[in-house]
Amino acid sequence: MKSERFERRDKLPKIIFIYTILTIMAFMSLYPLLNILSISLRPGSRLFTTSLKIIPDGATLENFRIALFERAFGTWLMNSLIVAICATAITLLVSVTAAYAYSRYNFKGKSASLTTFLLTQIFPAPMLLLPIFILLSNLKWLNTYQGLVIPYVAVSVPFCVWTLKGFFDTVPFSIEESAFMDGASLYQIFSKIVLPLSLPAIGVASLFAFTSAWNEYIIARLVLQKDSMLTLPVALTNMQGAFNTDWGIFAAASLVTAIPVMAVFISLSKFMVGGLTMGGVKG
Amino acid sequence: MIGRSKWQPYYLILPAIVAILLMVGFPLLYGIGISFSNMNLITFRNPQFNGLSNYIELFKSKALLTDLARTIIWTVINVFFHMTGGIFFALLLNRKLPGKNIYRVLLMIPWAIPQYIAVLAWKNMFRGSYGAIDIVLNNLGITGISWLGDPSWTFIACIIVNIWLGIPFQMATILGGLQSIPSEIYEAAELDGVNSWTKFKNLTLPLLKPVLVPITVLGTVMTFNMINVIVIMTDATGSDQTQILVTRVYNQAFTYFNYGNAAATSVVIFLLLVAFSATFIKFMKGDKGVYE
Repeated sequence: MKSERFERRDKLPKIIFIYTILTIMAFMSLYPLLNILSISLRPGSRLFTTSLKIIPDGATLENFRIALFERAFGTWLMNSLIVAICATAITLLVSVTAAYAYSRYNFKGKSASLTTFLLTQIFPAPMLLLPIFILLSNLKWLNTYQGLVIPYVAVSVPFCVWTLKGFFDTVPFSIEESAFMDGASLYQIFSKIVLPLSLPAIGVASLFAFTSAWNEYIIARLVLQKDSMLTLPVALTNMQGAFNTDWGIFAAASLVTAIPVMAVFISLSKFMVGGLTMGGVKG
Repeated sequence: MIGRSKWQPYYLILPAIVAILLMVGFPLLYGIGISFSNMNLITFRNPQFNGLSNYIELFKSKALLTDLARTIIWTVINVFFHMTGGIFFALLLNRKLPGKNIYRVLLMIPWAIPQYIAVLAWKNMFRGSYGAIDIVLNNLGITGISWLGDPSWTFIACIIVNIWLGIPFQMATILGGLQSIPSEIYEAAELDGVNSWTKFKNLTLPLLKPVLVPITVLGTVMTFNMINVIVIMTDATGSDQTQILVTRVYNQAFTYFNYGNAAATSVVIFLLLVAFSATFIKFMKGDKGVYE
């Protein structure tokens, strides 16, 4: 079949209509970010303006300079990176092994524990905050990295286990069986056959784990009280109070904070589509 | 399972189970315990068992019912727009269309931006006089909407923000589902001259059902439990007219330090969500693929 640029039966008006709708939606998706950009570029004297220009008159990078060099941005960034990377690594290790077991073995308690993972998503997080806070304080984990990393792992594991299991289910078992017959160990089978085939699902899982940890605000706010331990969400939210000159600095710091997540997100977004739901549709 | 030990799967799932028991299982039971106690800021160290009195107090107050009604409105409107929007844009992006990858990336931005930053940006846009939305509305001749001042409008603003936040997740998962439907099925239908709507209703939707059912349940639960939007939009000091059940729990716990009451409300929410999810999944029988 020769490749076509558009659907075969689409007429020009329909194509224009589709592009119009998509462009409007894309603009609406992007606009809040543009709005922050605009505020971050405004000089202090022009913060209150009724102009809708994205690049304001007298645009300046002053807010970025203050945010990055006159505040403890480097410390917050480092804290956020340490927490998010550790949480992602542990989540992946834990959920890849669990998902593999759920996909490849039949064992007592399998469906009960899988259902339990789903049920954990249902309990309202605000309810868990207080007991978790007391637990962490008894473990002397307040103001520590592990005090955030372990809760974040628990937040991400159920989703990752389900996603990865769904994907492993679509990888034919017969390859592994013949490898096993040839004397390969479980570790070899796993690292040489299953992992390479599962990169899309692992991409989706890491994206999920990383962004959840990077963006988490409420647990971090309870666990971190020392200034030197703050992650970006807590630090930035503390920074924005009333709509005053600090808003420009908040906006600048927010943009810098949002960039790593969006870079990770966009670089992995080709894995997004197809990774998550493949197991579901193919039955 | 040839040659593999009976205990192997248990070793493999153990770390995941430990993480969940430590950070969800234990806090859950502990929270249920708190709901039967008089724990608050003063009795924090040695709370007393006080039976069902938190629950009795809860069911006596009208707030629970009105908050529940508001939560249902919140959830139904949000999930409706998340799902229809998600399906609509996934269908558009699943077509042959030059440049659609750029659109896909752009449409996913609300999911990619850190949520608290997005909500704060919207909050700024909803501000009177200097907010972008007010400026646009004023230019259109619409004035006098106090988005952040009038609780009813604040609630509407929160719904708008949350709809914006939630569409990309559904769109991405549905698009994934669409792309794994073999194109031969559509080609056969096209040869038979089936129109687009019939194709959507009789082919796409049933084939997507194994994807749609779990993400509808997940989306409903996430919306029901969505605390960030309302808490950040209202600075956690919102009037009673902007509360949904989870923000009520948050305020009871962290503004009024009324731990027992907050815990009891949470238990009620939990039971509601379990009942909903079980019923919905059973009703849709979505746990079986269409080919089975």
